[in-house]
Amino acid sequence: MSNTNGNGTIKGITPRIGFYICHCGHNIAAMVDVEKVQKFVASLPGVVVSRDYKYMCSDPGQELVQKDIKELKLNRIVVASCSPLLHEHTFRRAVEKAGLNPFFFHMVNIRENVSWVTDNREQATAKANALARAAIQRVFFHKSLETKKVPINPDVLIVGGGIAGIHAALTIANAGKHVYLVEREPTIGGHMAMFDKTFPTLDCAACILTPKMSSVKNHPNITLWTYSEVEKVEGFVGNYKVNIKRKPRYVIEELCVGCMDCIDACIYKEAKYPDEFNQGLSKRKPIYIPFPQATPQVVLFDPETCIDFKSHRCKKTCIEACDRKAIDLKQVPEYKEINVGTVILATGFKTYDAEKSPQYGYKKFPNVFTSLEIERIVNASGPTNGEVLTKEGNIPKSVGIIHCVGSRDEKAHKWCSRVCCMYSLKLAHLIKEHTGAEVYNFYIDMRTPGKGYEEFYDKLMNEGVHFVRGRVAEVTDWALIPEEEHKLTIRVEDTLIGVVRRIPVDMVVLAVGMEPREDAQDIRRMFNISCSTEGFFLERHPKLAPVSTFTDGIFIAGGCQGPRDIPDSVAQAGAAAAEALSLISAGSIELEPNTASIIESFCSGCKSCIPLCPYSAISFNEGTKKAVINEALCKGCGTCVAACPSGSIIQNLFEDEQIFSEIDGLLKFAGIELEEMEVVNA
Amino acid sequence: MPNPEKKEKKFEPKIVAFFCNWCTYTAADLAGVSRLKYAPNVRVIRIMCSGRVDPQFILQAFASGADGVLIGGCHPGDCHYSEGNYKMLRRFRLLQRVLKVLGIAEERCRLEWISASEGDKVKTVINDMVEKVRNLGPLSIPAKMSDIDEEIKELEKEINREEVPQHA
Repeated sequence: MSNTNGNGTIKGITPRIGFYICHCGHNIAAMVDVEKVQKFVASLPGVVVSRDYKYMCSDPGQELVQKDIKELKLNRIVVASCSPLLHEHTFRRAVEKAGLNPFFFHMVNIRENVSWVTDNREQATAKANALARAAIQRVFFHKSLETKKVPINPDVLIVGGGIAGIHAALTIANAGKHVYLVEREPTIGGHMAMFDKTFPTLDCAACILTPKMSSVKNHPNITLWTYSEVEKVEGFVGNYKVNIKRKPRYVIEELCVGCMDCIDACIYKEAKYPDEFNQGLSKRKPIYIPFPQATPQVVLFDPETCIDFKSHRCKKTCIEACDRKAIDLKQVPEYKEINVGTVILATGFKTYDAEKSPQYGYKKFPNVFTSLEIERIVNASGPTNGEVLTKEGNIPKSVGIIHCVGSRDEKAHKWCSRVCCMYSLKLAHLIKEHTGAEVYNFYIDMRTPGKGYEEFYDKLMNEGVHFVRGRVAEVTDWALIPEEEHKLTIRVEDTLIGVVRRIPVDMVVLAVGMEPREDAQDIRRMFNISCSTEGFFLERHPKLAPVSTFTDGIFIAGGCQGPRDIPDSVAQAGAAAAEALSLISAGSIELEPNTASIIESFCSGCKSCIPLCPYSAISFNEGTKKAVINEALCKGCGTCVAACPSGSIIQNLFEDEQIFSEIDGLLKFAGIELEEMEVVNA
Repeated sequence: MPNPEKKEKKFEPKIVAFFCNWCTYTAADLAGVSRLKYAPNVRVIRIMCSGRVDPQFILQAFASGADGVLIGGCHPGDCHYSEGNYKMLRRFRLLQRVLKVLGIAEERCRLEWISASEGDKVKTVINDMVEKVRNLGPLSIPAKMSDIDEEIKELEKEINREEVPQHA
């Protein structure tokens, strides 16, 4: 099939195409013979100029295109370089600046799709030729298009009230914009609230976090919904409609002042249910507050354990005790619907389940703890009021900290969780400070990149903490010598001295790594974003757009994007807030004009397109008996276009003839029809 | 000019791929960024959604000389546009029947769900498909079509030759 007619004009316009192939330093040029492609494209019909250049995306590269547009009166531009997902906008802007409609531009991906994935120069060049030819044929059919601008609702939704969500919320609220902060747990604070001290400065986590938590609670621009979950998200950048479920606390939030009289009055005199905040190391009652500085300061009921919910036969002493009448055992979930323009996801991470690495004996030996449990144990407000004790109630004389539990492990997660080396050092310091015990760190590599981090490691070495390089083979209670009796023995190959050692300790701490939350996949589906291979949320570009996603208006920050520590989470949260604010400040965003429209004269009125549209953008005009597409609702998927039996729907940027010509261009053999082309040119 | 000797040595299939912008195209980019090497026979056309793939695109690709067509979309439930991939799946099933009738082997047309994180799957799917299509050999519809055209011309000539004396 040929899309060009004999004299190379289309619908009366003679295409004057400029083709530019980028070397991308050596990234492309090392595998693709750019000069050959340049020459090949120069021989194609309609091509006025064909050039190769070291870096097309650079200013001089863009200026090259702009100069040619003006001097050679080019009306179509094709650039063969990296992925359009990276630089399509760059080149469109450049083309537009030169006075040409930006949609007369087309980009060929010869880096991610060719040079980086091919190891044969000849084949890579042939593939680049084919892709370039397809683009040249396609760009003939491009049309001048106008972008559609949509206004940005200035309200922002932040999902997750850990340190990242808190910081982002405060940044945006301080800029005078309204924030809805939605947190699943009964309190904000996230993982950071559980920590005792923070590395490397050893300032107390609560001291730096709780003021921010109360700022969130009191900020006039923040609507804080804890114990709430996002149920449904609809819409697109600038105009998202979000449904939120507020789970019942059985306590009226506005009335409760957090006096906790009800907790004292509970019919259970003793707390007997595991306290989630303390990692199950202490007990709570069916009516409880997660921790003393919980924000908001509101108690809640656990219907699973409250007698009244189970048997309806409780004396309800709690209700009697509340003089503000805040308890409402008949509370039902409340559903909120909000409209926001942008969303920041800061849903955090989960720690690795140490039971999945049975060699370390977690849950098998009572004195094997996870790092998060130890955080609570060393914490002054924790289950032991800061006393580090074994399960038997003794002060440990020796403690082993095992690094990389669940990280850098083919059997668990391959990635480095980035924080474990540093928090292990911190815990070593705190345990030594609290107990005076001998502390052993078993590490594979010490990873301490960060401001003041290496210095902290140095300090620990001077404090007399022992460091053993080697991955621990197992933790066992099988004593071989009297010194190992009633102790846990850590068996490890010390790779620095090349000896297998057995080190008996009283307590073992497992430095568990960070992994995506169990429902990360559900969240990503809901917000229409992607996850990386590991299951963390995928950023738009690892370096240049680290907090953006492929869905406009959805940003990510903190541990949900990958393992990171507090300073990095805060920095990312600030970046995400800035991205949201920049959209809000602009007031509107330009959308890709790839919407579909109907050629009325061709439409037979069969209505087959109408049920296909997921956005109900297509309706039927009973008067004209034709289908009508509401462009404001169309998101540009093109499903209706593919289904239309009479070919009466066209999708901008992806028109049938554009794609047909692309198919045709891809399949012509380089070489064979070069002669053909010369004939056409003659 | 392609070297005819070399061509005989090993048949290199030409495969046209339609990758959706959000999942499979992004995965192909990831494969690139991860420097995964795979067979160079697949040439990708980017579309916004696998739902945009008109069965005509596939037929046209075969008619223009493709030995195989690969369609890549988001996993079920993951479509950026809710359900474009299901629409594609529906069409694909119907098209498979048509292709069977046309004598085009099933392996020549393949639909795969590849999410943005599955750079590795891009590689394995492409390598696998190239291998399978290579074993099937060239489809060469354009050549067959021109043979048929020639045949028709010959037949026409023959008919004309026979008809001339009758009228004379």
